Amino acid sequence: MALPTLLILVIVTFVLMHAAPGGPFTSEKPLPPQVLANIEAKYGLNEPLYKQIFMYLQGIVTEFDFGPSYVYKDRTVNDIIAQGLPVTLTYGAWVIVLMLAVGVPLGMIAALKQNTWIDYLAVGFSILADLLPNFIMGPILILIFTLWLGWLPGGGWNGGQWEYMVMPVIALATSYMASITRLTRSSMLEVLRSNFIRTARAKGLPERTIILRHALKPALMPVISYLSPVFVYVITGSFIVDAIFSTGGLGTYFTNAAFNRDYAVMMGVTLLTGGLTILFNLFVDLLYSWIDPQIRY
Amino acid sequence: MTLLSVENLTVRFETPDGTVNAVNDLNFTLDRGQSLAIVGESGSGKSQTVFSLMGLLAANGRATGRAVLDGQDILNLPPRELNKIRPEKMAMVFQDPMTSLNPYMRLSDQLTEVLVHHRGMSKRDALAAAVRMLDAVRIPEAKTRIHMYPHELSGGMRQRVVIAMALLCEPDLLIADEPTTALDVTVQEQIMDLLASLQRDLDMAMILITHDLGVVASSCRDMLVMYGGQVMEYGKTIDLFEAPSHPYTRGLLSAIPRLDQQSDSLVAIPGNPPNMMAPPSGCPFHPRCTYADAGCSSHNPTLTPYQDRQRACLKSAEELS
Amino acid sequence: MQNATLTQTETAVRGRSQWADARARFLKNKAAMVSLYLLAALVVFAIFGGQLSRYTIDEIDWQMLGMIADLGGPSMENGHYFGVDELGRDLYARTLLGLQISLMVGIIGAVVAAIFGTLYGAVSGYAGGQTDSIMMRTVDILTSVPLFFIIIMLLVVFGQSILMIFVGIGLTNWLGMARVVRGQTLSLKNKEFVEAARALGVPTLTIIRRHIVPNLIGVVVVYTSLLVPQMILLESTISFLGLGVQEPQTSLGLLISEGTSTMQYGTFWQLGYPLAFFMLVLFCFYYIGDGLRDALDPKDR
Repeated sequence: MALPTLLILVIVTFVLMHAAPGGPFTSEKPLPPQVLANIEAKYGLNEPLYKQIFMYLQGIVTEFDFGPSYVYKDRTVNDIIAQGLPVTLTYGAWVIVLMLAVGVPLGMIAALKQNTWIDYLAVGFSILADLLPNFIMGPILILIFTLWLGWLPGGGWNGGQWEYMVMPVIALATSYMASITRLTRSSMLEVLRSNFIRTARAKGLPERTIILRHALKPALMPVISYLSPVFVYVITGSFIVDAIFSTGGLGTYFTNAAFNRDYAVMMGVTLLTGGLTILFNLFVDLLYSWIDPQIRY
Repeated sequence: MTLLSVENLTVRFETPDGTVNAVNDLNFTLDRGQSLAIVGESGSGKSQTVFSLMGLLAANGRATGRAVLDGQDILNLPPRELNKIRPEKMAMVFQDPMTSLNPYMRLSDQLTEVLVHHRGMSKRDALAAAVRMLDAVRIPEAKTRIHMYPHELSGGMRQRVVIAMALLCEPDLLIADEPTTALDVTVQEQIMDLLASLQRDLDMAMILITHDLGVVASSCRDMLVMYGGQVMEYGKTIDLFEAPSHPYTRGLLSAIPRLDQQSDSLVAIPGNPPNMMAPPSGCPFHPRCTYADAGCSSHNPTLTPYQDRQRACLKSAEELS
Repeated sequence: MQNATLTQTETAVRGRSQWADARARFLKNKAAMVSLYLLAALVVFAIFGGQLSRYTIDEIDWQMLGMIADLGGPSMENGHYFGVDELGRDLYARTLLGLQISLMVGIIGAVVAAIFGTLYGAVSGYAGGQTDSIMMRTVDILTSVPLFFIIIMLLVVFGQSILMIFVGIGLTNWLGMARVVRGQTLSLKNKEFVEAARALGVPTLTIIRRHIVPNLIGVVVVYTSLLVPQMILLESTISFLGLGVQEPQTSLGLLISEGTSTMQYGTFWQLGYPLAFFMLVLFCFYYIGDGLRDALDPKDR
């Protein structure tokens, strides 16, 4: 499954690049001669298309080399990615942790205390979070914590100190935290209605045991498979966060590359994220099958 | 010796569309070691009756009345109190073995936790006891099978496991809610045999909910016929079978297909079970009753004694012959 | 022969009362009804609001320049009902345009994705067998492709026109719909009333028309209404990054982006108005979608 996807990705991006009217190779802005020379050497531009693709892939697979940038004559795509990737991965990881750490317990409590004020509060909060996508949440946070209260810096990364990470992480985590809360809640409610929970009650087990030993695992299953779209969201959302908070992750470089028509960087980032997504999905699948005894690969 | 005495049991459900009266004014008693069959169509209230005894009613259900088990009124006990009674004194086997066991837990865990929690046994002792019980319910190679997951066993075997699980604390009363409905016919007989022999060995009382009259005839001393949430007839099985004194009981018995008689069509009771949100006025059975008259639609008969049994019918037994 | 007509009328009657039932449930849902009215009001405003604006979208009010923070706020006298943006352009006219474009992208994009996805899914589900396998494999592979990036690449390569935005967003969001429709078609295909119809010799096209399509409509409508806010969010995200709608045109996403960058100067109206409309639109579509889902599938509580 992974291979065809990546292949399609490469082919599509390659074709797009070459289909661009006045494409990068014969663009309106003439490329500096050194860059042009690099590109010609690297991509063998006079070769037929399929050979170019093959050479490109070969470079990636054997040396992890995404080629030189189209715009910055002294930088390769690898350099650029190497700068942005750690940043994105760091706060991305925190985002996922925060979403789960807050969303799951909140959803469970809402399910257990259904129709009490806690439930309404949790659901209400999740509705609110739905309406606050990251590009709205970000500026609001800056407004409150930087402009009004002056507690946190309004942007930058500064090597990843926590003051610089707090707002980006919260901004990104909020909107999907809502979905996770709702998902956990409805999943838990459904599990609590199932026959095997009824059996557990008939066995005279205390409620706490029933929830933790019997209900928790099945209730979490949908949340686990939900992690796949969450990962995609975190990556694309990080672009916004990079734009708002100038954190210098992959998003900054990709967006700049888009403005500058630096297709090499764009393609490199695209393939990298595609690959990471596939890896993450694989991990999620494995996790799912490890927990659910009915599925065995 | 009376083990369980149920008086005026009524179960209601509040739904957004109205109140459902699932069970109305049910009365019965059960002696130690004795079997009672509760018979009736789907929706007659059989399951809700036993759910209310076990404290398993849905959140919108309310039970009123009394259910005295071994001197204690167990109806509407808070869960903490109920957990001292179930499954030590009273245990239950449910209808669908495919969904009664937790698919995410090994059988060993599901079985041992009962003993560890209620009897304070160590995990090792509990495991040994559980294996012995699996042997008793005739599961082959219990020692290895116990570490499997539910989905690795067939339906019949899963039901045996469920039965074993219910019996681990040697309850005084076992409630079985249509334990064989979801199983193959051949397996049904094995399970019923198993239940009967276990009951004898453990001197256990049993409430068996079923709509299989053959099973009732062979294993239950007493029989309670329910319709529309109410008792229609209640007495010794043998009496009810030989001389049914209620139109509904008659209908049920005559609906059993017979191999020794020629007939072109199956006998059925015409009509459909009542809508419990808007039950018929008067006797719940009167719309389908061949003996009904004007009085039946305005008066709801109460349970009155007749010979050795109790029946709820406005017509006397003699009028039905 | 009589039996055949009986079956047909029975199923037709069953279908009609389902709709009446669903409509009754929807009408009872207060949140959904409020959202419906709100949305209608927003659409009316989007269509006719232009009659009220005194300025065009790119007309610069020279009197404001240099003093926007002080003079640029919303006022009825100078006709800038929502104030002006950082370049001195009327925010009312621009917000109106932003609303129009965001709504268009959302609704048209969702409809396009819905139509394509439904056709694809229905064909795949009804054909079954190898065809279904291949078609669904393709969907699976395409799902793993990071669509966001493809959209951006398309926009970069082919230019950032509104048309391109439609194409990009529409092309990439039909997959979910295809999956859902295919699943629904599969389960419908095997339902007893379809088997019965087939056994009675009812032609395939009629089966599709009378049994499959009406039962698909529910799922399709619900899913489409959930797609719209996703589309709007996607377009807003892309525009926020500056990679979407281009000047002098604008969308709510772009306006919000501009508004957030000028927040520090105290010109909160520049963020406030587009943000308010944006959240209103999202809110309405979420609740309508929720209401539709509850109405058509009450088990989903």
